[in-house]
Amino acid sequence: MNYNWDWGVLIREPYFEWLVSGFLWTISVSVAAWILAFSLGSVVGIARTTNSKLLRGIGTCYVETFRNIPLLVQMFLWYFVFPELLPEDAGMWVKRELPMPEFTTAVVCLGLYTASRVAEQVRAGIEAIGQGQRNAGLAMGLTPAQVYRYVLLPVSYRIIVPPLTSEFLTIFKNSSLALTIGVLETTAQARQIEEYTFQGFEAFTAATLLYIIVTSTVMLLMKLIEGRLRIPGMISLGAK
Amino acid sequence: MFGEFDTSVIFDNLHFLLEGMQTTLILTVIAICGGLVLGTLLALARLAPFKPLSFIAGSYVNFFRSMPLILVIFWFYFLVPHIVGRPVGGFYSVLVAFVMFEAAYYCEIMRAGIQSVRKGQIYAGQALGLTYTQNMRYVVLPQAFRNMVPILMTQAIILFQDTSLVYVVGVKDFLVSADLVANRENRILEMFTTVALVYFVICLSGSLLVRRLQRKFAQ
Amino acid sequence: MIELKNVSKWYDEFQVLNDCSTQVAKGEVVVVCGPSGSGKSTLIKCVNGLEAFQKGEIYVDGTSVGDAGTNLPQLRSHIGMVFQNFELFPHISVTENIKLAQLKVLGRSDDESQQNAARLLERVGLSDQADKHPAQLSGGQQQRVAIARALAMDPVAMLFDEPTSALDPEMINEVLDVMVELATDGMTMMVVTHEMGFARRVADRVIFMDEGRIEEDCSKEEFFNSERGERAQIFLSKILEH
Repeated sequence: MNYNWDWGVLIREPYFEWLVSGFLWTISVSVAAWILAFSLGSVVGIARTTNSKLLRGIGTCYVETFRNIPLLVQMFLWYFVFPELLPEDAGMWVKRELPMPEFTTAVVCLGLYTASRVAEQVRAGIEAIGQGQRNAGLAMGLTPAQVYRYVLLPVSYRIIVPPLTSEFLTIFKNSSLALTIGVLETTAQARQIEEYTFQGFEAFTAATLLYIIVTSTVMLLMKLIEGRLRIPGMISLGAK
Repeated sequence: MFGEFDTSVIFDNLHFLLEGMQTTLILTVIAICGGLVLGTLLALARLAPFKPLSFIAGSYVNFFRSMPLILVIFWFYFLVPHIVGRPVGGFYSVLVAFVMFEAAYYCEIMRAGIQSVRKGQIYAGQALGLTYTQNMRYVVLPQAFRNMVPILMTQAIILFQDTSLVYVVGVKDFLVSADLVANRENRILEMFTTVALVYFVICLSGSLLVRRLQRKFAQ
Repeated sequence: MIELKNVSKWYDEFQVLNDCSTQVAKGEVVVVCGPSGSGKSTLIKCVNGLEAFQKGEIYVDGTSVGDAGTNLPQLRSHIGMVFQNFELFPHISVTENIKLAQLKVLGRSDDESQQNAARLLERVGLSDQADKHPAQLSGGQQQRVAIARALAMDPVAMLFDEPTSALDPEMINEVLDVMVELATDGMTMMVVTHEMGFARRVADRVIFMDEGRIEEDCSKEEFFNSERGERAQIFLSKILEH
């Protein structure tokens, strides 16, 4: 294996700047998509635990649709097909005037997809609590909405901190798919540096390190938060 | 719009699309088998009493689980020809990438499966005079595999979906074939809708099967 | 106060309640007993609408429970309920458990709720545990908090669903003592339990259920002293053996 090592390429311009900008795009896509995934996923997950057949059905359809189509295919559907399905004016607007079209599409796509996974975690968390707590809340005269607000959700969100953390890390890694519709995030920039300089080893190492650093930091942070949220006297909340 | 939805483009290119699907399936099957073998070895190493071995296996798993699959594909697309010393083509490099990447995930599934076997079973095996390897082979692994079947199948469905990422290095799988037809015939709407539908039907059937199995095992 | 008329309930094909009728007058204490699976827990959960029933009628304080137009949360806020597994809310302190429904359902002020909580904790003998979380208490203590939590709503009647079956033997009496005190204070109570000692001490009537049917419904004296049906006799001999 003959290879000309040149680690200096990473701090030369414009390559250093490319990496920094790529990293910022990765973070922006991930955080924006996560906000969407967390909010929508919570709503869908809660819907699947209600007594209403209709709400449960809608929730199930949502989850099954989004998790049974590859994310990359969904990305293409949103980017290429979705504008074609809109009424002409709206389609034109999406194609011509949507601000930062690649970024917006990536965020919407990742957010909607991950919402289906978050929904499953939220549902599992609520179901782990069991019927007894729900009955106790109802027996006191709380309305079903109040039972969710004061009894079920505060406990279930604590239970699902670990799986939600890994869902966030999944969205963070999946943000690399945005490169397929032209968002120049970390992986795309590393690839571009490789193509320009042939220093693939250095470029990919830099990208790998960035991902590892963020992953480790997030895990450490969530360990701390988990400790903070621990309920006194409870050894385990019985999450799987 | 749907009024102009032209299904003939699918049938005209059916052979080409099926070839793509064949590549997707071959990739999936080999990645599952390779990942399973490597993943089991890793899991055994991770649970081994010999500390350095378990540390190395643990680092391998954490390393691959921190990285996006696309980056792993790029890594191996770049590395494999360098290591082999000659160009090998996209297919073989993504094959290596998938086996290495999936192994990390299979390892974690295995580890959880092995740890789901009750400690009492291990003691019972030891009390009968079985060696560590015998105990693993005849007592622990058979039980562990049964606990893991549904999760392994779910992972297989995820892997089947993930193979579409070979798009980034242009390996002609189902999605890339459809993409080529879409651009050649200017039929983006038809082709991508079809691709989504095909994946959806296959994956949904798979997940329904998994759920049936889960219910069967739960009884 | 509580009136059940010909109540029947099915889970799919399986009938869990079969034409059950009885009533609990104001100030009366009624004990419901029977083998497991006899439908007694289901029956008591029908009273405050936690379980739906398909046939018959239930009235609490004149309000029909099964009527679709009934405001169930409002109805339930007048009926206290104590569960087999305590069901205190694990994420908030003992005091907050007692305050929650006072604040959110009755709309009482924070001060008033706080005072009620303190008074009731004293009544069940747990003032020193006020700021702990449920999981830091023993089972018997948790169940006494659960009773205090139900009393905080100033209920017109109390429902007990096997309140001592999940407890270690040495903790059963501390809970029963609180219940006896409530009964002597004149609270209307419907109690699903196997504690026949409790029934002998404070019950006005005893209901025996088997296979979803009310087999016996008579005064305590009749139940313990006179001839009863065969099934009730077998049941009693089983639980009184030890």
